[in-house]
Amino acid sequence: MMEFSFEINGGDFSNAGMISSLVKKTLKQLNIDGMIIRRTVVALYEAEVNIVAHAYSGVVNVNIFPDKIKIKLTDKGTGIADIDLAMQQGYSTASPAVREMGFGAGMGLPNIKNNTDELNLESTVGVGTMLEFTNFFEPK
Amino acid sequence: MKISEFKDILSGKVVCGAHLLDHDIELAFASDLMSDVLTITEDNVLLITGLANIQAIRTAEMSNIHCVILVRNKNASCEMVRLAEESDIVIIETPYTLFRTSGLLFNAGLSPIY
Ligand SMILES: Nc1ncnc2c1ncn2[C@@H]1O[C@H](COP(=O)(O)OP(=O)(O)OP(=O)(O)O)[C@@H](O)[C@H]1O
Ligand SMILES: [Mg+2]
Repeated sequence: MMEFSFEINGGDFSNAGMISSLVKKTLKQLNIDGMIIRRTVVALYEAEVNIVAHAYSGVVNVNIFPDKIKIKLTDKGTGIADIDLAMQQGYSTASPAVREMGFGAGMGLPNIKNNTDELNLESTVGVGTMLEFTNFFEPK
Repeated sequence: MKISEFKDILSGKVVCGAHLLDHDIELAFASDLMSDVLTITEDNVLLITGLANIQAIRTAEMSNIHCVILVRNKNASCEMVRLAEESDIVIIETPYTLFRTSGLLFNAGLSPIY
């Protein structure tokens, strides 16, 4: 089993994706199926960018087990008032600065849902958000 | 089609990844929205974009994209080139617009994904 943990700073677009990149390299070394690697890093990358774009700071915990990878992202930020609405494709509150970075289509959370086997999203307005997902290395 | 052919058709300049010009690509996607690009499930797609920042290359890395075309004379930054080299991604800069670039490559035989 492997465990890593990282910090993310809100607004830090130049480092967004560094954790996904590291996880991609690690899973490749472990010979995990390419499709599963891709699903995992796309979901993680979208989640990293969401912290950079919408929160003040965050922590990412990555746990790799023999049969699955479990990733938990916890942030301090504004939180999400209506999670069902946020999960809808096209819903976005992204600032013009975020849009200039190529994000803000309102597709990130739906992408995360499509690329994960198990997903849990909890948020408290004014406190922050916790997004946790699991991908299995073999189809269940 | 080989990446070297895109370069010729687009009067493009290869900024990095010159050793990958023989690589074959059949599908292309044009967008400035990275989450849109991240919905693609096919590997080895050509990305045509006007977004010249590090996130375009990160997106390519996560999506197994090996060639990014920057349209309308946008320049790749050093940061972008460094990451592209690390991830085996060719960056080509072209003076043409997104529309013209897409049209030329479509005519030359590249297929859309959707
Ligand atoms: N970590 C977070 N903290 C606070 N709000 C968030 C967070 N993640 C998502 N949201 C809210 O949910 C909305 C939808 O998120 P989603 O990732 O689907 O789209 P986006 O980030 O706006 O654009 P895209 O992901 O397509 O670039 C965001 O615009 C934002 O309002
Ligand atoms: Mg998002």
